[in-house]
Amino acid sequence: MTIDIAARLQINTGLAEKILVGFIADGVRKVGFQRAVIGLSGGLDSALSAYLTARALGPENVLVIRMPYAASSPSSMSDAQKVIDALGVQAVTIPITPYVAPFFERFEDMNDIRRGNVMARMRMIILYDQSAAFDGLVIGASNKTETLLGYTTLYGDSAAALQPIGDLYKTQVRQLAAALGVPRSIIDKAPSADLWTGQTDEGEIGYSYAELDRLLYLLVDERFTLEEAVSEGFARRMVEDVWRRVRASHYKRKPAPVAKISQRTIGHDFLYLRDWAG
Amino acid sequence: MKFTAALAQIHPAVADLTANLDKHIHYIDRARAEGADLLIFPELSLTGYNLQDLAYEVAARPTSEDPAFRVLLLASHDLDLVVGFVHEDPRHRFYIAAAYLSQGRVVHIHNKVYLPTYALFDEGRYFARGDTVQAFDTRFGRMGMLICEDFWHASPPYLLWLDGADALLLLSASPGRGLDTGDRLASARWVELVNQAYASLFTSYVLHCNRVGFEDGLNFWGGSAVTGPDGVMLAQAPYFEEALLVQEIDRSQLHRTRSRLPLLRDERTDLTLRELSRILDEPPASHRSFQKGEER
Repeated sequence: MTIDIAARLQINTGLAEKILVGFIADGVRKVGFQRAVIGLSGGLDSALSAYLTARALGPENVLVIRMPYAASSPSSMSDAQKVIDALGVQAVTIPITPYVAPFFERFEDMNDIRRGNVMARMRMIILYDQSAAFDGLVIGASNKTETLLGYTTLYGDSAAALQPIGDLYKTQVRQLAAALGVPRSIIDKAPSADLWTGQTDEGEIGYSYAELDRLLYLLVDERFTLEEAVSEGFARRMVEDVWRRVRASHYKRKPAPVAKISQRTIGHDFLYLRDWAG
Repeated sequence: MKFTAALAQIHPAVADLTANLDKHIHYIDRARAEGADLLIFPELSLTGYNLQDLAYEVAARPTSEDPAFRVLLLASHDLDLVVGFVHEDPRHRFYIAAAYLSQGRVVHIHNKVYLPTYALFDEGRYFARGDTVQAFDTRFGRMGMLICEDFWHASPPYLLWLDGADALLLLSASPGRGLDTGDRLASARWVELVNQAYASLFTSYVLHCNRVGFEDGLNFWGGSAVTGPDGVMLAQAPYFEEALLVQEIDRSQLHRTRSRLPLLRDERTDLTLRELSRILDEPPASHRSFQKGEER
């Protein structure tokens, strides 16, 4: 390899914290809110999002919601509890089993993908309802790696008002989480959507986050071609497979296209920042 | 001769003209209390940066007919002001502009000449390109103003230098980007590097006022700074936070620096012009796009 990609993925965590905490505080307050709601899975991404949001708004203004399913790992609940205890945020636990079980019974042939999507979207329903009840914006926890790969449920875990860690690769999420004091058991465990027993991100995607982040960094941030990435030592099969996933999931990163027929059309030439709402 | 300059590193709200004017007045009061003779605001300080379709709604003509400029022109009796705004010309072209106000008059308007329209930028979609780069006389000597992308190109600062400017007033709304292990963002490193280079190469003062705050996902990093003719940064505001930076400018330093380092005296403008004409008349084959009279 000619360049040390792992070194380039290292970040100044103090600077990242400063920008992301400022982004959350500004993004919540300028649209008239003071509070936030976060789904806390017990995993790394939502833990980091909760730490950043608590610093931005004060823990008393943050409501974290644990939404376990019957098959969720018990350690997810206890890891989430560590975050709640460390931050002193408000917390509520709303198991999703009673709401999704009847739906699963209606379609007994549902595969894991469909069931996972239903669970992710059930959590979204709860988060947005609690958002209205608590008068707080939903803060997302999607990272750059999973967003680029489309390893996410549309209108499920990807639904949020703000995405503070969406420009951090998973390995950068780990760095920042460690710097902010996220408990070690959360940082070190294998990342998992925890939608079914034994599921892990890396098992499902087929590559480690360390490999994925280095490759995506070259292709996306440094604009390398696929051939150039192969010359850097990545297996051609992996390069092509990963880029196919990025392309195939692009629809998840864009609003649905509006068919233009008028002179001025939402999504085409009716152009305002979201900040306009403030 | 000395004067006191101040940089108002503010966070303007998108298209909220009333709130932004109030903020200007607040900073004018603070700067006046600190004895400032000149107060500089950042790019599009009256309107916010990424205006998109709001650009046409917030556009102004810098005259006392305009409610914001009426207030600012009045305030300019106490101290000179540089403000950023959307300039609508009489034929309804819209520019990103900076106005230098003094003693109740508009001394100079600069319309941004380089509109970044690449990567995260889309200025060329909404705005017309300015087509002049001119220095102007002030109570504190001859100066020139440039806006953000204008000073990512080397030629506008160079032209202002040759046109007599001893102080470059640089306004920006620079989105922060490029996080690595460094102590500042890559975009901040770049701007600080070129600004110190301009101060050094032109043995001039460089006063750079950058905004802070957020617009949608963009952050603006601040770090506004005053750099002296020796290329040394004399004062810098914090990153990411609103601030008023006040710095005394000693024009005698120009005498001292240029006695030691006569780069201006020795500048071969005739050679530059001759070679530039040749390059434009007979471009090397690899640079056909630089043909004379042809806008790139």
